[in-house]
Amino acid sequence: MEHFLGIFIKAVFIENMALTFFLGMCTFIAISKKISTAFGLGIAVVVVLGITVPVNNLIYNNLLREGALAWAGFPEVDLSFLGLLSYIGVIAAMVQILEMVLDRYVPVLYNALGVFLPLITVNCAILGASLIMVEQDQTFAESAVFGLGAGVGWALAITALAGVREKLKYSDVPDGLRGLGITFISVGLLSLCFMSFGGIDI
Amino acid sequence: MSQPKEVLIDPIFNNNPIALQVLGICSALAVTISMSQTLVMCAAVIFVCTMSNLAVSLIRNRIPTNIRIIVQMTIIASLVIVVDEVLKAVAYDISKSLSVFVGLIITNCIVMGRAEAFAMQNGPFLSALDGFGNALGYSVILVGVALFREPLGAGTFMGYEIMPTVNNGGWYVSNGMMLLSPSAFFLIGLFIWAIRAWKKDQVEEAEYEIAPNLQYREAM
Repeated sequence: MEHFLGIFIKAVFIENMALTFFLGMCTFIAISKKISTAFGLGIAVVVVLGITVPVNNLIYNNLLREGALAWAGFPEVDLSFLGLLSYIGVIAAMVQILEMVLDRYVPVLYNALGVFLPLITVNCAILGASLIMVEQDQTFAESAVFGLGAGVGWALAITALAGVREKLKYSDVPDGLRGLGITFISVGLLSLCFMSFGGIDI
Repeated sequence: MSQPKEVLIDPIFNNNPIALQVLGICSALAVTISMSQTLVMCAAVIFVCTMSNLAVSLIRNRIPTNIRIIVQMTIIASLVIVVDEVLKAVAYDISKSLSVFVGLIITNCIVMGRAEAFAMQNGPFLSALDGFGNALGYSVILVGVALFREPLGAGTFMGYEIMPTVNNGGWYVSNGMMLLSPSAFFLIGLFIWAIRAWKKDQVEEAEYEIAPNLQYREAM
């Protein structure tokens, strides 16, 4: 149990998807003008990450990795080069399924997420988490906790940035720096804050 | 926007994918620690972006609209797999240090965004040029950032020592923050400032006008 708690904390704070690995930056900067929308998107990312990372883990371990097809009679086949294609396929399909399920059973959440749900397919944080999972060679249970933690960390980061930006629009910023420029610099400062978690060893 | 030269040159400064369109920032930040990594990354993005725009544009009239995203994704993913395998064979060390970021070219919004916004409407020649130009605009920013980060952070350039650091018995006290992730954000922020100071029309409108202070007594 302690081991999984450690993975979770590590994924949320120490190895934060957005502020340490710079993943999902495009959406992170484009959709962080208001706290409410940022929070909605954050929740959507938590859900999608929590599902796709363990599913991709199953696919990698049972179909793609070297020797994984032994159960089908092909012990020497190594399909790991097909990884990228299958992960992105799983992500696109998962997002589509999630959209239909939410639309049918939880319309409230569906309406709250709106256009962000399909956008998540091209969010690098989702694919990035799957690739990191493969690189760290996680087990199924570890990958489920890691996916959830990575999502929570990303949601935390985008909500924090939206809070900063809501205050920032009242301040007097030099002309050329206004908008995108100052946003980059505030993300830099935020990321510097998250680096202070770096020394913690779990 | 139909002149080949404009299509090629425009994205470099006037309509830069990173500084104005806010596309493809994800990978721009993490790989700029060293110049050689950055150059490899830029070459990979230029290849993928040009080829995917060309391929999407060639079959644009045959793609049904409601599955176009998946078709584009498949084309891009196949190209990235080619790049990944070639890198592993030719430059294994660099491919190891780039780790997940080569794979992440798939979700690089520049590639996807240009395929969707330009290649779906234009002919193959112009689309290939547009992909090349946008990838070049991306590379300009990346190389610019790496140009500051590597020498200031480690005193080296392309792995060669240009400013001997104190640790190695030289005179240059290296700025460790340049090797950390936040410095890339500061540098890109300053780059945007520089481009917008030069091209005034890119400056964003202020959301609030700050009223001049008319009550002098309070200001005193």
